[in-house]
Amino acid sequence: MATPRPEVVVTEPLCKGCGRCIEACPKHAITLGTEINQTSGLMPVHIDRGICNNCTLCISACPEPYGLGTELYELEHPEHLYGEQPRRPAPATIPRKELALPKVEPMVLKGNYAAAIGAILAGCRHVYGYPITPSTEGAELMAKLLPKLHGVFLQACSEVATVNHMYGTGGAGLPTMTFTSSPGFSLMLEGISYLIGTQLPSVFVNVMRPGPGLGYIGPEQSDIKLMCRGLGHGNTHAIVLAPTSPQEMLDLTFEAFALSFKYRNPVIIAADGYLGQITGRVTLPDHLIDPGLPDWAVWGDAAHRGNLNSSIFQDWVDLEKHNELLSAKYVEMQKAEQRSTGYRLDGARTLVLACNTPARMAKAAVERLRREGRPAGLFQPISLWPFPIDALRPLLKTAKRIVVVEASNGQLEDELRLALHHAKEWDVELHHLRHQGGILPTDQEIYDVVRNVTEVTQ
Amino acid sequence: MSTPARQGSAFFEHFDRHAHGKGLKGATTHYCPGCGHGLAHKYVAEALVELGVEDRTIMVSPVGCAVFLFYYFDTGNTQAAHGRAPAVALGHKFANPKSIVVSYQGDGDLASIGLAEIMHSAQLGIPISVVFINNAIYGMTGGQMAPTTLMGQWSTTTPEGRNRMQGPPMHVAEVIARLDGATYVERCALFSQKERKRAKTAIKKALQLQVEGRGFSFVEILAECPTHWGLSPQQSEEHVRDVLAKVYPLGVVKDETSEPWFDPGQPSFDPEKVLEVIEAQREPVQRFCTKFPAHLDPIDVSVKLAGSGGDGAQTVAMLLTRTAISEGFDSTHIPSYGPESRGGTSYADVHLAKEEVLSPSAPHPHVLVAFNAPSLDKFAASVKPGGIVIYDSSMITKPPTVAQGVKVYPVPCATIAQRLGSVVVKNVVALGALQEAAKLLDERSFLGELGRSLKHKGDLIPLNEAAFREGVKAVRELAG
Repeated sequence: MATPRPEVVVTEPLCKGCGRCIEACPKHAITLGTEINQTSGLMPVHIDRGICNNCTLCISACPEPYGLGTELYELEHPEHLYGEQPRRPAPATIPRKELALPKVEPMVLKGNYAAAIGAILAGCRHVYGYPITPSTEGAELMAKLLPKLHGVFLQACSEVATVNHMYGTGGAGLPTMTFTSSPGFSLMLEGISYLIGTQLPSVFVNVMRPGPGLGYIGPEQSDIKLMCRGLGHGNTHAIVLAPTSPQEMLDLTFEAFALSFKYRNPVIIAADGYLGQITGRVTLPDHLIDPGLPDWAVWGDAAHRGNLNSSIFQDWVDLEKHNELLSAKYVEMQKAEQRSTGYRLDGARTLVLACNTPARMAKAAVERLRREGRPAGLFQPISLWPFPIDALRPLLKTAKRIVVVEASNGQLEDELRLALHHAKEWDVELHHLRHQGGILPTDQEIYDVVRNVTEVTQ
Repeated sequence: MSTPARQGSAFFEHFDRHAHGKGLKGATTHYCPGCGHGLAHKYVAEALVELGVEDRTIMVSPVGCAVFLFYYFDTGNTQAAHGRAPAVALGHKFANPKSIVVSYQGDGDLASIGLAEIMHSAQLGIPISVVFINNAIYGMTGGQMAPTTLMGQWSTTTPEGRNRMQGPPMHVAEVIARLDGATYVERCALFSQKERKRAKTAIKKALQLQVEGRGFSFVEILAECPTHWGLSPQQSEEHVRDVLAKVYPLGVVKDETSEPWFDPGQPSFDPEKVLEVIEAQREPVQRFCTKFPAHLDPIDVSVKLAGSGGDGAQTVAMLLTRTAISEGFDSTHIPSYGPESRGGTSYADVHLAKEEVLSPSAPHPHVLVAFNAPSLDKFAASVKPGGIVIYDSSMITKPPTVAQGVKVYPVPCATIAQRLGSVVVKNVVALGALQEAAKLLDERSFLGELGRSLKHKGDLIPLNEAAFREGVKAVRELAG
């Protein structure tokens, strides 16, 4: 005699009474319920036990995982019923490794190429991108090199797709990056907000060009506002690093990956158009990175099975807590990741504040001013966010004025003003030299402005 | 962390992510009674277990009613932005080709805001599986028109029924089937035991194709939305059977045999391999220069090379920069970039600095090399007093107006290059002329760099060397 079939049962509080099982039952044993279940407030179906032959077809028609089954679902949480339940072992982090890189001759690289090599040395083997001048060479080099390292370069169908490919790969715990330029960066902002909200690492090299709208392809710095204050919707921030040479395109991109994994947050390399296109001497670091795999990765194996990447919180209290956690990370970044450099800051009465290519012009101007005995110095933020206010403040004991030199309509100066305000540094005289549209300030102009403001105010 | 699934299930035993697992939410879905999502979830979960891949599966949830897929699926889970689930899925698949990635999307997510991503993914053909829930309405936002809403169908944004102004509904499975990367496309429904069984089989087949690495698979499921259709669950099933399935025919739309192919391999982090791939030089380059060309400037010499796109100004600028760096100086090259660099005017600014190049542009160069008349006209007057202008006298007949003390060298670069057998090397003739006129570095430095730059095209080296030497000779003859 055949083994009797297990009995089909309705766990009544879990039945929403939709009745999809009724049609499924060949014996017509199921009917819509008539009594409201006092736990669910709904009317569960009724199975006529005299007719049901436990064929289970109704179970496969039930949209609820535990509404209909061959055993009653215990409503008590398993831990309440049985104490702590066996969990899968937590996944272990496979640590990143630094592997020594044999010494080689300096390379001669275009800025975009240098950033690409920096990413490869940082262990990035997954690059997504969409062509846009003046950043495209980065994608082109990755398309050439990555297959040789069994990596992947995918030309995405848009910048929107690009950032979401990165969201997948970053979410799988691997280093990933893209090259883009201002209009493309605008398109990526929604995805960057998701990356921040979900706490996923990723690196963006934004080779800025002039806007608004299509603008053109020259060098500008007019995404500073976007990168420092406008990374999509929500309470967002990311470390923004500003190089001045192909060497720094490599070095900062290399470092960006470590920072993005340290904080589980995107990091942005803010270059201007010149920095994408300029060719210069580049020395490689003494090691490269084998990235390993973090424990939080949604990797797709048994160890990482329970992991989740998500930025949605149905409970408002949970969402506030999540935002507080992110904000605490921003505070930590502000404390630990301010970066700046300077030139001839000793006894400087006038500070020229500039970053990216304009900092090179500013350095030339400061050099000339100093040769003439004029006490000017260059203060160069490397991290635009967090703004390096801690290094700037001591200089303000001597320096009475700052001349902000930039290729935008004052976006760098706004970052400075905000930082000064938070630091309660009210007593600084601010001047500026600005160009837009793809024109960079020249050393002569910077020299003239510094002389002008110094002589007028003395 | 949710209470894990029992052996043989891909659903969590308890839904701890759903309202912290409290009350009934710990064991029921958030879906309305009669909603088709629950069944689609169930069949995906069963298929994963039957294929034995629940450990390595990643469910990518959309924005729409299925956004909370991760409440229920005890797999890897990623929640994607609206419409972008296939792009996210590809990011996962490339990261770990062994993972089984499912993009689960509704009709607004997939067929409206996410059309670009789904079409790109289907054309690409990377093996991921897409489960597309078509209920002809936006559920999560409260019953607005979807791309699949039927003609005449009421929704909150088609209060008079969908009409010509909103266009007709989209047949997504048929669209996807037309794309080359899709190997298997089927449309299913849930209104009867037969259709449910088909749906389950189709989902399993779609996953199986991914497990075998064969290609992109797509299952469209006509699903019920009793709440926003204003129908009972039973009426909703009948509506799918009698109305929706008439507009969207059920069955296999495409089923092509495809051999397993997807295997990108294991990324390499071997330092030796990386250095080889990026073509880093192990051997130091022989140096010939003993001093910086301080006769032009004590610390920083700038050169502008200008012509029309194709004249080779950028190539020779790059050669100059490479040579200077090989000789231990700092050097930069910045091109005029963009569309005009491929056909229009093209110029390059090069700096050679004893220690460090500061400003990389050259508004007032020490040396100008001009390949055509407009370039010479534009830049000749900007050359610093005491500087040098070299121009291609085979292309330019009118000598330039220059500042005081600027030495001018008319060199017939194109004619010389033609005589050597190829006009293309006129830029290298100009480089020879530049070296001889400006004494920037050492002739041997340039000849060495030419050899290194052409190492993959060795047969071109003699021609280029000859061009360089002819350029040197031409300036020597001019100087008398």
